[in-house]
Amino acid sequence: MSKKNLIVIGNGMVGHHFLEKLVDTPAVTDFNITVFGEEKLLAYDRVHLSEYFSGSTHSDLAMGTAEWYAEHQIDLHLDEGVTDIDRERQVVKTPRGEYPYDELVLATGSYPFVPPIKGNDNPHCLVYRTLEDLDDIRASAKGVKTGVVVGGGLLGLEAANALKSLGLEAHVVEFAPRLMPVQLDRDGGALLKHKIEEIGVQVHTEKATTEIVDGDSARLRMNFSDESHLETDLIVFSAGIRPQDTLARSCGLDIGERGGIIINDQCTTSDPHIHAIGECALWSEKIFGLVAPGYTMARTMASVLNGDQEAAFTGADMSTKLKLLGVDVGSIGDAHGQTPGAKSIRFNDEQAGHYRRMVISEDGKKLLGAILVGDNGPYDTLLQYALNEIDLPESPETLILPESEGGAPALGPDALPETASICSCHNVTKGDICGAIDAGCADLGAVKSETKASTGCGGCAALLKTVVDSELEKRGVEVSKDICEHFPYSRQELFHLVKVSGIRTFQTLIRDHGKGHGCDICKPAVASILATCWNEHVLATDHVPLQDTNDTFMANMQKNGTYSIVPRVPGGEITPDKLIVLGQVAKEYNLYTKITGGQRIDLFGATLSELPEIWEKLIAAGFETGHAYGKALRTVKSCVGSTWCRYGVQDSVGMAIHLEDRYKGLRAPHKIKFAVSGCTRECAEAQSKDIGVIATENGWNLYVCGNGGMRPRHGDLFATDLSDEELVSTIDRVLMFYVRTADRLQRTSVWMENLEGGLDYLKQVVLEDSLGIGAELEEHMESLVGTYQCEWKTAVEDPEKRKRFREFVNAPEKKDPVQQWTMERDQKRPVLESEVEPA
Amino acid sequence: MRERASWDVVCTVDDLIAESGVAVWTEDGPVAVFYLPHRLPALFAISHTDPFTGKNVLARGITGDLKGQPVVASPLYKQHFNLETGQCLEDETVQVKTYPVLLDGQNIRIEVPASVSRTAAA
Ligand SMILES: Cc1cc2nc3c(=O)[nH]c(=O)nc-3n(C[C@H](O)[C@H](O)[C@H](O)COP(=O)(O)OP(=O)(O)OC[C@H]3O[C@@H](n4cnc5c(N)ncnc54)[C@H](O)[C@@H]3O)c2cc1C
Repeated sequence: MSKKNLIVIGNGMVGHHFLEKLVDTPAVTDFNITVFGEEKLLAYDRVHLSEYFSGSTHSDLAMGTAEWYAEHQIDLHLDEGVTDIDRERQVVKTPRGEYPYDELVLATGSYPFVPPIKGNDNPHCLVYRTLEDLDDIRASAKGVKTGVVVGGGLLGLEAANALKSLGLEAHVVEFAPRLMPVQLDRDGGALLKHKIEEIGVQVHTEKATTEIVDGDSARLRMNFSDESHLETDLIVFSAGIRPQDTLARSCGLDIGERGGIIINDQCTTSDPHIHAIGECALWSEKIFGLVAPGYTMARTMASVLNGDQEAAFTGADMSTKLKLLGVDVGSIGDAHGQTPGAKSIRFNDEQAGHYRRMVISEDGKKLLGAILVGDNGPYDTLLQYALNEIDLPESPETLILPESEGGAPALGPDALPETASICSCHNVTKGDICGAIDAGCADLGAVKSETKASTGCGGCAALLKTVVDSELEKRGVEVSKDICEHFPYSRQELFHLVKVSGIRTFQTLIRDHGKGHGCDICKPAVASILATCWNEHVLATDHVPLQDTNDTFMANMQKNGTYSIVPRVPGGEITPDKLIVLGQVAKEYNLYTKITGGQRIDLFGATLSELPEIWEKLIAAGFETGHAYGKALRTVKSCVGSTWCRYGVQDSVGMAIHLEDRYKGLRAPHKIKFAVSGCTRECAEAQSKDIGVIATENGWNLYVCGNGGMRPRHGDLFATDLSDEELVSTIDRVLMFYVRTADRLQRTSVWMENLEGGLDYLKQVVLEDSLGIGAELEEHMESLVGTYQCEWKTAVEDPEKRKRFREFVNAPEKKDPVQQWTMERDQKRPVLESEVEPA
Repeated sequence: MRERASWDVVCTVDDLIAESGVAVWTEDGPVAVFYLPHRLPALFAISHTDPFTGKNVLARGITGDLKGQPVVASPLYKQHFNLETGQCLEDETVQVKTYPVLLDGQNIRIEVPASVSRTAAA
């Protein structure tokens, strides 16, 4: 049998997904496949379009590669839009030629609707749909100040965020009386507006634009029907989308009243050889403006072409969960309560900025829909109730109440039926996941690559993990949170064992609770736990062999086996005399010196045997160890504060020194950095630290769980206008809770993200003392502060401990022969491997 | 059979650190001596030189056991070496030199090959 010609028009998200599905079926061999795309670029992830403004490129967003198309012998014509379909002759026409088809799939998506306003053809009136649109917006925004988005729906708010990220003052102009009118009700819309205005986007509701004319202070001026106006340099129209049905119309296919190519359950149009999928298709009088329903159509289409008689598209869930301008918004099912007899339960916490609404059936048994603004915490659970029509609990309101007020815990994975949809992007049910596990997938990664679950928008990641863990456990597979082969416990569990059983040595712990002799994973972790619990010297006989090399020698090993030394300089404040001593010591031992990012001075190139001598001199000059080598408090960076600075409102240096002195020596799962800024100008960059403190007129604002480094994260505002005492007790609690519950090598940022309940939970524990352990956490911290010792001082005074610093125990004078040095910019540095002459 | 060599005294029991290593200088260059009192035998001697970097640091690694083998983890890039055989667990083509070691009264002795022909570290 000769091959048939299959033509796909549109190389967007759904068109591409369809091809991915088709090549997995035997039918693929029946067809010569040709694809036409109007855009210049290969199909990309439009859902994450906005990431283009935060650094992603087309290739980051691309959904496939040219090689993939070639490999599957798909003839890809990009930048070649189809201009006409001749149904009689079964050919499509492009400016470059005619191509015959046997089966034709339209996946032409939709186009942004630009309202017919006079002046909308100005070159600075733009839309937000393709990468090219974004290039245009970027170009238009260059060097100007203000941008307006017309349309306060989901995409409009995303576009506003993009304008903001380009440095523009952003406005949203919405015709309706509230934001996101489709998904939200009045109260939800009002709260969202409030939150968005808080972060600096101005929202104008109930504004109808009558014309766009030249502006006085900016490029353009928008006149509104209520006689008011707004000046702006550019306008992005995001007033809804319209199905791209031009081709279908002109060749006479059936089209819906308000647009959209009419399809049946098999995604076939009024012509049996022409099909339509994605946003251009109208099914049961509905257009689906989300990607998941489009993917479902794509799968159906692939099955239909593969001869599957049963394959049918039966509608799709339009629930959405997103973060818009940093604000959680969720909308499920019948959010507006349009089902006859539907009733609502609302929870509105204006203080916390949470709005939650449940729409329940007349008999109160089923959840029909929901709206969430401010916190999507309950979303997953609510969605499962709605999608799977699970009977509601007796007091359904508990589902949206905060847990501390008697709210119900999340729906456990066991309560979900086999048919429960876990990943709607790839249509993976709980049953599919169980199937994959039964077929041999033994961990989350395997399940993901087998089922593709959670590889689309990623919104179901947390739910997927709970389901997989619970199913694995049911099958007797241990879901290992074990720290290593020697202990069947997580770090948190080990902490608990040590604390509760009063265990003081590694040997006791491994004898009573572990097996074997330990390793370089569990030993340092246990050393850190023991230090937090009992605060004994790191070089006490029992603890020496547990430490990482840096902790053992209380210095940082560098690549050539020598060490660097960082004395503590609290708050970055240092006297001239101390600076001179640092210079003298560095000179005497010929150490390379460099200022660190944490406002202190690092001395490099000391040999093992030099360390105690150097420290004797530093201690005599009043220095203490800086713990640069430990998983411990590093520095408290500060700006100069109100003492000197014209803008400072509090003494940031004084507070930084106070905090550094309090928490120095605290051993933790990972390093901890602080900073204190004296005013909102934030010169100390406190929001990038684990603990960030920013002065206000009335006290201190506390930010927690920020991070610089590899995975930057802004700290979350935790509490405001704290007094000195409140600040310290709050930090005591946060840090102690972190030290007790985090995993090994988990920074505060990751810890918080993994805490069930996240920031809100942490606030409950620390600020509301929901676990009743606040006082205990503070006491524990106080006891550590009370037993602080400078490890180096204790070490240099103890001949036994000093013995450890002999480079060769039988040859004290011997210098390590492999270390070679050279000079660069007037200081010594190690000879690099590339510079070593072959022996 | 290897040529019989001298059993050099390299240090005393007091120099050792339980569950950890110390470095000694021998005719054959730097050697790391480990003392793991919970095992039998309790003494191990391997080259002090980390074969991946050529730096003399192995005595400063953390000891332990992995799948029953006594090991030390290089403090630089954390590869593990079997203390009995010198075999690297992460890379089967890499091995460090091992030395017979024994306790003689208070002294620790290491057997250093007679004609020491040292090859440069990898
Ligand atoms: C900024 C933004 C954010 C979004 N966020 C989300 C979200 O969070 N969640 C969600 O579910 N959805 C979201 N969407 C919607 C989602 O992107 C769409 O649902 C999805 O892209 C639809 O896929 P499609 O293939 O039907 O259309 P498209 O991806 O638009 O692809 C259609 C393609 O067909 C081409 N084409 C049209 N006519 C022709 C022709 N005559 N000849 C050749 N080619 C033609 C077009 O150029 C286009 O490349 C977002 C969209 C945008 C713009």
